[in-house]
Amino acid sequence: MCLAVPGKILKTEDHNGSRVGRVQFGGITRDAYLDFVPEAQPGDYVMVHVGFAISRVDAEEAERTYRLLEAMGLLEGEGLVPP
Amino acid sequence: MKYIDEYRDERIARALVAEIRQRVTRTWMLMEICGGQTHTIMRYGLDELLPSQVQLVHGPGCPVCVTPLETIDHAIAIASRPEVTFVSYGDMLRVPGSRSDLFRVKAAGGDVRVVYSPVEALKMARAMPKRRVVFFGIGFETTAPANAMAVWQAKREGLMNFSMLASHVLVPPAIRLLLRSPHNRVQGFIAPGHVCTVMGYRQYEALAREFGVPIVVGGFEPLDLLEAIHMLVEQLEEGRAEVENQYVRSVSYAGNLPAQRIMEEVYEVCDRKWRGIGPIPQSGLRLRPEYAAFDAEAVFGLGESSVEEPAACISAEVLQGLKKPVDCPAFAQLCSPEHPLGAPMVSPEGACAAYYQYRRHAVSM
Repeated sequence: MCLAVPGKILKTEDHNGSRVGRVQFGGITRDAYLDFVPEAQPGDYVMVHVGFAISRVDAEEAERTYRLLEAMGLLEGEGLVPP
Repeated sequence: MKYIDEYRDERIARALVAEIRQRVTRTWMLMEICGGQTHTIMRYGLDELLPSQVQLVHGPGCPVCVTPLETIDHAIAIASRPEVTFVSYGDMLRVPGSRSDLFRVKAAGGDVRVVYSPVEALKMARAMPKRRVVFFGIGFETTAPANAMAVWQAKREGLMNFSMLASHVLVPPAIRLLLRSPHNRVQGFIAPGHVCTVMGYRQYEALAREFGVPIVVGGFEPLDLLEAIHMLVEQLEEGRAEVENQYVRSVSYAGNLPAQRIMEEVYEVCDRKWRGIGPIPQSGLRLRPEYAAFDAEAVFGLGESSVEEPAACISAEVLQGLKKPVDCPAFAQLCSPEHPLGAPMVSPEGACAAYYQYRRHAVSM
């Protein structure tokens, strides 16, 4: 429930006054709200929890964490497995 | 040892275990708070890898598990109303209430939907102005800011058909309760990395000082946990009781300030009953009176109620680290993820479900 999944911000745009990032998680992309990481820019990696980025992380760490979550089968519960 | 081979940082893991083995001179009882960490420990068999002097017990950090039975019953009552679209994180659907669960409400034709983000519930409220959309806002400090944003946004837009059934819980008051208990056996804590990503770790310093207990903020990967355990053992062996941060790649001392600001704006701290544990003072978050129009408890006029757990379930002791799931006579017999008696068997992060998934064959039954 407190799982956060790292992803890469591809681009950002404004939705109803909130900054939203198009974030890539492995093979799929998803919107994530960036209200809590105002400093995050396209190209940055963020930890995303229930659709909100909660921290910015190093690219290399992010890749490693993502692969591990995938190996642990934990992405499915977050809806991050391609259909 | 059976799972560690799958792990690519096996060499570092073995080196850390060797360090711990060399350092430890007596038995230490450690607790990881977070259910996600429990899952990693069981998945990779970390508890079996450690020397026998390092004992791990599992804490109450599974929000699905500790959401009070009364709140589940309220959720079921709201979700059963014909004008309501009830929106929840998936784990909550099978959690047993006192007579039913949300899954059964859905099976009986109730409009119960699963989402990954509270933002989805807001979208439903916008798209279906004639439906009353109720979001089940559960979770620890990690999830509270996201849910707060949904409520804040609903108020800003005047989205009056949206409300939240809020049942948020806070980690530090639960640690305090465990440490105050005369039955407490825990000598060191792994604090939850994503809760601390939001809140920082300032709040844990008072606990470390007051109770003389070391606390290490830990991540969720096998190496994170082994490193956190190593840091705890070092502190205990040296007689230190400090707050240290293992999960530096995500956690800072002050935490995420914008997330804390939205929590402060939308919620106030309240006393909260934890399922299996009982009432814990100042351990919950509820919506502030300014947000009453979006508070499902107020909107639907739900009264106070009190209900009892099935007698066979020992989740109270499990959630407080007093017993392990395998100590329960109902474990894997009367109680399984398909037919859970208590919430820790429902959520994949619940300690009972983690033991069921990874250890039930190791238990003589």
